[in-house]
Amino acid sequence: MKYIFDRLRWPDGLRRLWHRMGSPRWFYETTGPWVPWLAAAAALLIGVGTVWGLAYAPPDYLQGDSFRIIYIHVPAAYLAQAGYILMAICGVVLLVWRMKLADMVMATVAPIGAAFTFLALATGSIWGKPTWGTYWIWDARITSVLILLFLYLGIMGLRRAIERPEAAGRACAILAIVGVINIPIIKYSVDWWMTLHQPATFSVTSAPAMPPIMWLPLLLNVLGFNLLFAVSVIQGTRTEVLLRERRTRWVTDLCRQERA
Amino acid sequence: MNFDSFGEFLAMGGHGFYVWWSYLLTAVVVSWILVWPLWRRRRFFEEQRGRLRRADALGQQTEVESNAPET
Amino acid sequence: MTAPLASEPSLWVLFRGQLRRDLKLAFGQPSELANPLAFFVVVITLFPLGVSPEPGVLSGMAPGVLWIAALLATLLGLEALFRRDRDDGTLEQMVLRAQPLYLPVVARMLAHWMVTGLPLTLLAPLLGGMLNLAPEARLPLMLGLALGTPVLVLLGGVGAALTVGLRTGGVLLALLVLPLFVPVLILGVSAAELASSGLDPAGPLLWLAAGASFAITAVPFAIAAALRIGVETG
Repeated sequence: MKYIFDRLRWPDGLRRLWHRMGSPRWFYETTGPWVPWLAAAAALLIGVGTVWGLAYAPPDYLQGDSFRIIYIHVPAAYLAQAGYILMAICGVVLLVWRMKLADMVMATVAPIGAAFTFLALATGSIWGKPTWGTYWIWDARITSVLILLFLYLGIMGLRRAIERPEAAGRACAILAIVGVINIPIIKYSVDWWMTLHQPATFSVTSAPAMPPIMWLPLLLNVLGFNLLFAVSVIQGTRTEVLLRERRTRWVTDLCRQERA
Repeated sequence: MNFDSFGEFLAMGGHGFYVWWSYLLTAVVVSWILVWPLWRRRRFFEEQRGRLRRADALGQQTEVESNAPET
Repeated sequence: MTAPLASEPSLWVLFRGQLRRDLKLAFGQPSELANPLAFFVVVITLFPLGVSPEPGVLSGMAPGVLWIAALLATLLGLEALFRRDRDDGTLEQMVLRAQPLYLPVVARMLAHWMVTGLPLTLLAPLLGGMLNLAPEARLPLMLGLALGTPVLVLLGGVGAALTVGLRTGGVLLALLVLPLFVPVLILGVSAAELASSGLDPAGPLLWLAAGASFAITAVPFAIAAALRIGVETG
């Protein structure tokens, strides 16, 4: 894969950017100024989306006001899957290019993705009580999300168990790649096992069944949660960079500046 | 505005308990996600500050890996 | 990768040698060989005692019980899969050889399957009879196990290779591999259930066959990569 990649003709600028991106210091210094802007945009989008969804969107004709949980449930469920895919992509980058930064991102995403998976499960379960009359039902989607949570916990456990960070990173990369190939298989097998479930709310291929006044706040919240995810991953990776590079001169200098 | 009064807004047509629980839980988890790296970062700087102060007091060169990548 | 020297054995000889060695080692310790099987039987005995000895109830849950017991028995054997090889240095020899690691890994997994998955498959109809499994579900159950246990052993091999150097391997290994076993469990159980309700079990069995061929082709690469990490850094 690296062989093919190296032999493709990339524009010089792109190739330089790729190599610079491998540098944790470059990441730390470049992303610093982004954080406040991203955080502000995330707060604005989530604020508008949530207030709109909670107070102004009309109630669902079938589920009443309990459907308003959708405005946090769908973004969380979406980020739970996106986080795992991001980890697997970082795993490929780490194994192929030995890029240390990819491992730092991977280490940061695992607990954040697990938190969103937990959130998707918890809000889904709370939503289930007024809808199905019970907190837990072995519905296909809930079951696959539960298995996804186990996959996240496995990766976090593996990283914790291996002492040397380089070995831990590469082991987690392999597990993430095996896991990401398995996720669609798990999803389809569970779907097939249990055909009793609601169709996906937010499909890209067909127009949403909800009126715009109901799905626009959802769109805002999905975008906002995406930015929130980006903010937390960037912040976490920046901290991870400092911790792993604490013996280098630039981090020591940074600590001296912080002291002044 | 979909609701006539603040009380109705809180009640959420009888589903207030579920809706507010979900949003509260989300707020807690999201703030944990955001605060945790900041807290880790602050603790790191405090530790390093202590280390550097001790090193300076002893008049030693702070040990820095010379072979560590600089870029 | 250097070109193989003239004195180095061919891949086929290597494969055969590895297989023969692993089988000899396995049969050298009959208790290790018998333990997962005994576990399989004991777990299945617990179900009539714990749930119900009623034939109707038993036949309904037989496919699921047999499959879950097979899953756990496979898991039980995994922890020791690479441990001895690592302790006596065989694993390092394997990794440091000039030839690709793929074939020795396939041989290792095949040997492990022959002493765990295969006996489980052969034993399943007997235990199925004890659980009042419908007679027409016997063959689909066996076919499902024959196709599914190699996948379980291979996926488990990834977990075993990743945790080979760790002291706290056992529980972590279960957490790593059990979620990956889910599709095999679902397909295997559905094949037996479809057959026992008089329907055609070909669909899930074909999916299992597809999964098995994919796993045999692709998963040894992941195991090899994981073993390299364990040896290089452990």
